[in-house]
Amino acid sequence: RALVKSPDQLELTEAELKKEFTRTLTTDNPHVPKNIVRYSFKEREYKLVDYMDQTAIHLSLNGNLIPKDSDEGRRQSIRSSIEGEKAPVETAAETSEEVEIKDEEHTGDTEAAGEGEGEGEGEGEGDEERKAPDEAPEVAAAAEAEEPPPPKVPEKKLANQFNFIERASMTPYNPLREKGCQSEPLPSKNFSANVNQWDIYDAYVEELQKMEKAKEKEKSKSQTVKKEEEKRGRRRLSTVELQHVEPISRISRAAKIAERMVNLNTFDDIAQDFKYFEDASDEFRGQQGTLLPLWHFQYENTKKLAITAISWNPKYTDLFAVGCGSYDFMKQGHGMVLLYSLKNPSFPEYIFNSNSGAMCLDFNSEHPCLMAVGFYDGNVAIYNLKKATSQPIYKSTAESGKHTGPVWQVKWQKDDMDNNSNFFSVSSDGRIVSWTLVKNELVHVDVIKLSREEGVQGPEELQLQTLGCGISFDFHKKIDYLFLVGTEEGKIYKCSKSYSKQFLDVFEAHHMAVDTISWNPYHLKVFISCSSDWTVKIWDHTIKTPMFVYDLNCAVGDVAWSPFSSTVFAAVSIDGKAHVFDLSINKYEPLCSQLVVTKKKNKTTHVQFNPVYPIIIVGDERGIITSLKLSPNLRKMPKEKKGQEVKKGPEVEMEKLEKLLSLVREPESK
Amino acid sequence: MEETEEEKKDEADYKGLHSFPLIRHSDMPEEMRIEAMELCVTACEKYATNNESAAKMIKETMDKKFGSSWHVVIGEGFGFEITHEVKNLLYMFFGGSLAVCVWKCS
Repeated sequence: RALVKSPDQLELTEAELKKEFTRTLTTDNPHVPKNIVRYSFKEREYKLVDYMDQTAIHLSLNGNLIPKDSDEGRRQSIRSSIEGEKAPVETAAETSEEVEIKDEEHTGDTEAAGEGEGEGEGEGEGDEERKAPDEAPEVAAAAEAEEPPPPKVPEKKLANQFNFIERASMTPYNPLREKGCQSEPLPSKNFSANVNQWDIYDAYVEELQKMEKAKEKEKSKSQTVKKEEEKRGRRRLSTVELQHVEPISRISRAAKIAERMVNLNTFDDIAQDFKYFEDASDEFRGQQGTLLPLWHFQYENTKKLAITAISWNPKYTDLFAVGCGSYDFMKQGHGMVLLYSLKNPSFPEYIFNSNSGAMCLDFNSEHPCLMAVGFYDGNVAIYNLKKATSQPIYKSTAESGKHTGPVWQVKWQKDDMDNNSNFFSVSSDGRIVSWTLVKNELVHVDVIKLSREEGVQGPEELQLQTLGCGISFDFHKKIDYLFLVGTEEGKIYKCSKSYSKQFLDVFEAHHMAVDTISWNPYHLKVFISCSSDWTVKIWDHTIKTPMFVYDLNCAVGDVAWSPFSSTVFAAVSIDGKAHVFDLSINKYEPLCSQLVVTKKKNKTTHVQFNPVYPIIIVGDERGIITSLKLSPNLRKMPKEKKGQEVKKGPEVEMEKLEKLLSLVREPESK
Repeated sequence: MEETEEEKKDEADYKGLHSFPLIRHSDMPEEMRIEAMELCVTACEKYATNNESAAKMIKETMDKKFGSSWHVVIGEGFGFEITHEVKNLLYMFFGGSLAVCVWKCS
């Protein structure tokens, strides 16, 4: 028993030799750490990893055997069968090549494996995890290495991971953008209607009537054109297109309204003044007042004509008529009668032309469309405004008793018992004639001849009756038969319709022609007269001498009472001034003397108050009518006493004037 | 008896007289209006007993000719309130008792 010991064997004692060492063999890999802690995101804390993979790989070797049934295996078998058909040399070469390939693969694999193994052993067996991904690309590379050879059959170029490059690229692409838009919705409108059987029937009946009317009117026009349009079914518009008269007349109304609107806009400030302006400075002016000029009415053709008469229409308070003619004996031409409306200052509403100058005019209060006009040649005519003609409907002629001198004034009377309208006229031939509209004619009756008291001694001692020339007259408001006539000699005759030969009374009124006479609208006894002898006189018809006399320093063309007060009247003088008097405020002086017409050589000829609005219109020699608004001072109403109601009405006016007159009257008379 | 005969005669007269197409309201341009009106007359005459078929024919033809979408109402007594595209409305009477309303609204 000789123990063979090697020379470098460890020398141990017998006790040490008998010592038993226990060695436990487990499957645990002693190199695997047992206390690895990993952060668990799920539980958000560090957790001890329980189990670690205990496998230790000592050797890894890639094989090159492919299962026969796999794709690659089948491909190879097909390839080998194809190659088997070719020359055996090639096959031998191929097989040798295959073998080479395989060897190379094998070597490649072993190298890889070796590498992998080397890696694994070098870094320790703890890195098994890294090995797994390492193996995968190696297997893939091997698989890829085998793929390229099959397509390149003739060349059999080797392609392995060392000379195979994958490259990829992508063409640039335009980024997408969204864009939207919406077109505007089509314009739409609502429409509603109701249809019933009777509605349809009515529409057809109406249409048929229109068609019949159109047929009658169109008989002169070509029938064929009309028939075509009938067939198409008429519409209202198409009927208008055929008839040329209708559209114009339809437009006229619209045009009129448009004209008024344009005028209102143009003269807007004047219209505002007319309606609303009250002169505030009147309070500081004491008793004086002013006249505010408003519109000027002018028509081209009347520039050379003087305004000879003004009259307001009793029904339409914005409509007034103006007569144009000439006062000059030598220059007598044509004449015109124009009707203006306050709503349209730029153009007259109605225009009537006449051969001789119109000297006077008057509206019939019962038939406001009838207007009587007296002419310079002695004729009288009646115009009807409702008819569209510009000719008078009735006219007097030499046979029917026209005057032999210019007709200075006409005045309508109440309809007589047969309901015929009649009017009076006074003229320079000294006759006062009453004209009656009987059926279609003007019938005249001489009412009075203005005979002078003193006759003229003619040859052979004949007394020749001469006739005075009547210039103006006025009828009493209440007493029908009573009227006053003013003559060129300055006398005023009080006459009655029933007595044709004699006068009731004579007033030696003025030294020159009495231009205007007017009864007071309220007081039954008072009248006013004005004359070219520069004076305006107020009378009580029972007393021979005037109550009030005003000297205006200039020939007075016209005088008019105001319709709202018994004590207010206006006068215009030839120098272009308008004077407004109020007897209850100032008995001796006008409250307002204002220059109305600015141009030289222009005389104001007539004045009239508007029955409703506080305005007066003044006519002059150039054919211009100026409208003026009375300031508040000029139209004062009596002041209210505390506790007492102010009575309004004609009685109050009468009392007012009576009071004034009683102051002036001599205590003897009355 | 005489009265009823007269009435019938009147009715026939009235139908005969009043059967021309009468346009009550339209804002279509002239050619479109004429075409639409003739189409309505044709349709109503063809489908005299069936308003629905007449309306269908009118609507489809108008859609083809003038674009979608058209609406057609035919009747003898109705009231309506519609919104229509401007210049695309026709409202007419025909045949003495029929009223046709054609309008476009998409």
